[in-house]
Amino acid sequence: MTEPLLQAVELSCERDDRVLFRQLNVSIVPGTLTRVEGPNGSGKTTLLRIFAGLSDAFSGEILWQGRPRPAMREWANRNTLYLGHRAGIKGLLTPLENLRALTFGRQTCSEALLRDALDGVGLGPWADVPCQNLSAGQKRRVALARLLFSDEPLWILDEAFTALDVEAVAALERLLTERVREGGAVVMTTHHEPDLAMLQRVRLGDVTRSATVAEV
Amino acid sequence: MGQQERQVIPVLALKHPDTEAPGALAAMVTVIARDVRVSIRQRQDLLNPLLFFVMVVALFPLGVSPEVSFLSQAGVGILWVGALLSTLLSLDHLFRFDFEDGTLEQLALQPQPLFMLVLGKTLAHWLVTGLPLVVLTPVLGLMLHLDGNSVAVLCLTLLIGTPVLSLIGSVGAALTVGLRAGGVLLSLLIIPLYIPVLIFGTGTVIAAGDGAAVSGHLALMAAFLVLALTLAPFAAAAALKISLSSAG
Repeated sequence: MTEPLLQAVELSCERDDRVLFRQLNVSIVPGTLTRVEGPNGSGKTTLLRIFAGLSDAFSGEILWQGRPRPAMREWANRNTLYLGHRAGIKGLLTPLENLRALTFGRQTCSEALLRDALDGVGLGPWADVPCQNLSAGQKRRVALARLLFSDEPLWILDEAFTALDVEAVAALERLLTERVREGGAVVMTTHHEPDLAMLQRVRLGDVTRSATVAEV
Repeated sequence: MGQQERQVIPVLALKHPDTEAPGALAAMVTVIARDVRVSIRQRQDLLNPLLFFVMVVALFPLGVSPEVSFLSQAGVGILWVGALLSTLLSLDHLFRFDFEDGTLEQLALQPQPLFMLVLGKTLAHWLVTGLPLVVLTPVLGLMLHLDGNSVAVLCLTLLIGTPVLSLIGSVGAALTVGLRAGGVLLSLLIIPLYIPVLIFGTGTVIAAGDGAAVSGHLALMAAFLVLALTLAPFAAAAALKISLSSAG
């Protein structure tokens, strides 16, 4: 078994006087897909934001490669790709400009690579159209195009399947499966039931007991 | 250990943040370029503070007195207050759109230090609001019957002063970005911090009008700028982390 990339140790989080999860222990290992489950409002997004390093409203510890995450900020940030509900797509910029702005601080990507990625998500003809003229699903695809050339070993995806059509959902599932087989780690929330192997489930929402982690 | 992993998983080796990511300065330049591009496409937001500035300045002669004696005395103050208020007007937008569309989250997750990226955003804000104000000032100065020497010194003080306004404002904007009605709170937080800049800014021009040497005044204003440049980005970055942490 390889070293875990990310570990949550005795993670507890309260929000608006409500316990979201308590004493949660999770390890994110390369080559696995972790699905965070639970009803609406059970803290799935909160957990992913804690994993990504956006939120520090928790007690317990987050370890990156066995060391506390704050001390490893640069390493963790460079090696994690986080796509939230709102993925940083600017309506006034074209898909191409958006991708360039979002990836600049990480990889140096040629224009051809970015155009290929946009072709790959079916947005080739729209590469130079301002994003505000695109549909919700198309905007989502701009964000997901980053996955096609991402070199980050850890992906944290919040509701990645939202607003996508059946075809795109199938393509994304294939991409995730392939990624996991290549040794990438994926953490995601979705209400869509993915048909994937190597699935680890983190179930939230049962506040009377601590959250459960089950391996399938 | 790292070597071993690289053999097991050749495709997804960990990336070294120092060698496999651009430096902080390059990332900052990208942030400036993106923000300026977005502002240029959003022409209305670009023109709004400028139009406000021109209107405030133009209304004083109409509302108070068009006398040369009044205008040449009050003109400096009117122009400085106008520049200050129009900067304040545009501050709420500094981080809000980026906060709402998730750009700010992505910035906070960059491997580069956040304060450099925040500094980039603040400089971009100055380029699209502060700098045009300085460019407009000579025209408005002539309109208010200021003499040539006063206009020159006024432009110089605004050139040093408006970046200070943007930098101080970035801290307030970062603190209030998560709030629904942050605008009022932002003004209350920021205006007291603007007052010293205003006093020294107008004081410099008045001293120049009296024929006194202004190098000391200007040096003091430059000291303000250096202080803001070195401290404000850190404070704004810390405030943004708090705002992001409590959101979502």
